[in-house]
Amino acid sequence: MKVTDKDVAYVADLANLELTEEERTRMLRDLNSILDYIDRLNELDTSNVPPMAQVSDRYGVDQAKQGSERFAYARREDVLEGLRKSLPHEIALENAPDADEHFFRVPKVIER
Amino acid sequence: MDLKSLTIDAARSAVQQRETTALALAEAHYAHIQKEDGQIGAFLTLSKERALEQADRIDRTAAEGTTLPPLGGVPVGIKDVMSTRGVRTTAGSKILEKYIPPYDCTAVARMEAAGAVVLGKMNCDEFAMGSSNENSAYHPVRNPRDLSRVPGGSSGGSAAAVASDMAVVALGSDTGGSIRQPASFCGVVGLMPTYGRVSRYGLIAFASSLDHIGPLAKTVKDAAIVLRTIAGRDPMDSTSADVPVPDYVAELDKPVRGMKLGVAKEYFGEGLDDEVRQAVEAAIDKLKELGCEIVPVSLPHTPYAIPTYYLIATAEASSNLARFDGVRYSHRALGVKTLSEMYRRSRDEGFGTEVKRRIMLGTYALSAGYYDAYYLKAQKVRTLLTRDFDEAFRKVDAIVTPTSPTAAFRLGEKSNDPLAMYLADIYTVTADLAGIPGISVPCGETKEKLPIGLQILGKHFDESTILRLAHAYEQAA
Repeated sequence: MKVTDKDVAYVADLANLELTEEERTRMLRDLNSILDYIDRLNELDTSNVPPMAQVSDRYGVDQAKQGSERFAYARREDVLEGLRKSLPHEIALENAPDADEHFFRVPKVIER
Repeated sequence: MDLKSLTIDAARSAVQQRETTALALAEAHYAHIQKEDGQIGAFLTLSKERALEQADRIDRTAAEGTTLPPLGGVPVGIKDVMSTRGVRTTAGSKILEKYIPPYDCTAVARMEAAGAVVLGKMNCDEFAMGSSNENSAYHPVRNPRDLSRVPGGSSGGSAAAVASDMAVVALGSDTGGSIRQPASFCGVVGLMPTYGRVSRYGLIAFASSLDHIGPLAKTVKDAAIVLRTIAGRDPMDSTSADVPVPDYVAELDKPVRGMKLGVAKEYFGEGLDDEVRQAVEAAIDKLKELGCEIVPVSLPHTPYAIPTYYLIATAEASSNLARFDGVRYSHRALGVKTLSEMYRRSRDEGFGTEVKRRIMLGTYALSAGYYDAYYLKAQKVRTLLTRDFDEAFRKVDAIVTPTSPTAAFRLGEKSNDPLAMYLADIYTVTADLAGIPGISVPCGETKEKLPIGLQILGKHFDESTILRLAHAYEQAA
């Protein structure tokens, strides 16, 4: 077994998830079964293979250009209203579960 | 007006010629939805006010005798992962149950600018995570061909609505097969464009390096019309490509004779249902009759695609879904005393089981001590999978495969076994990882009358070729 009870609790903590006892048991089973399957990746020798984070730096760009020049089309002026106007205050707050006229309201941050 | 098999051109031309109105067309669809959707469950929210306003604008344009735009008066559905200003957008999740976006997704805005009438928001797996639509936090979608079966996922609502004539076309999103697999299960056409071809601005992110927006349609031509509408560079998405958009519709009728089609044995191995195999082989024979040359190709890393996908997609998801914290717009748990308790309880109440499972797997794969073994390893295998395609496309113009190893399965059949569910995407995930375009086009039925899909994969930014092949096959079949 790769993942233990303790790992599940630790990862849930990192992910800001509060899992019930039942969810933890199921998560332990599922994660181990998925990770067992994922293990087959170790059959491949990748020591000389570069990692690939995304496709847009390889395809659809001018390969003759180097570095950031390839993405010159995506450049814009560094100005306050870069692409679109910021949302007006009241609109930005409209979906907030709790807000006053100016700010999102949240529970106390400093615990003592 | 008969909604059965109503296409974009038929709808638009009827409105243009004043044989009907956009308003009547929208009302007819709403009446059909009212009658049918109780048992199918394809819609999560109807945007009637917005639809009727747009229909009225189109009708005034038609009354003036002005030429309508390409989608003028055409009723469409939008998967509920795309933001719509003023219309609730849930991503199929309880955590966004009350979310009303303040802006429009670029793809939706482009559809409306081209005259489309947005009927409503389509049901889907929560945050597009699923292959059966059973992970919707609201209700599952049922396959219109057989209500005991799933429509596929995650764009199950989009596929089911088009298949049952509740919308002429719909937008879906594809991260591991979520447009093509439900298209295959429901007997419609589903197109995933090249990564970067369509802006992702306003698409609620699942896995940013894998997410694609694309159409589900009744015909290949309709898919081409929609792609032409939504494709092209958008300054609001830095990954949208600066590559010219061809006129996909004009290129549809170009001949396919002499094209080289790759067939990879890795897509016809263990796990492929016999009836699906026969239907796909018959479709390949048909393409051969049309003058295509069949060339064996090898995509040797295919067996590693699913594990690679489930590491990369979940790692990106764990990061993307961190934004749902109950502060600015998502669900907030009541009666919490501290900020950290608020985050945890809100996320616990708001996310469903599969979403939590993927956040956990992704967080684990990115955590200290495991990053190299899992996430980095997967990124390297992604390179190998992409090279497989680069190599194959040196020899062929397109690759033909089954879209899914089986036809639609029954509700509940795989919902307790995440791994079995993940394997439903075995023929679709690789294209997402490599960023190449793919289309699923209906290619027959099983004995039980369940649709089967033929998948055609193409080179980066070469949607024209796969659309042309799919169109030629569709016309000949």
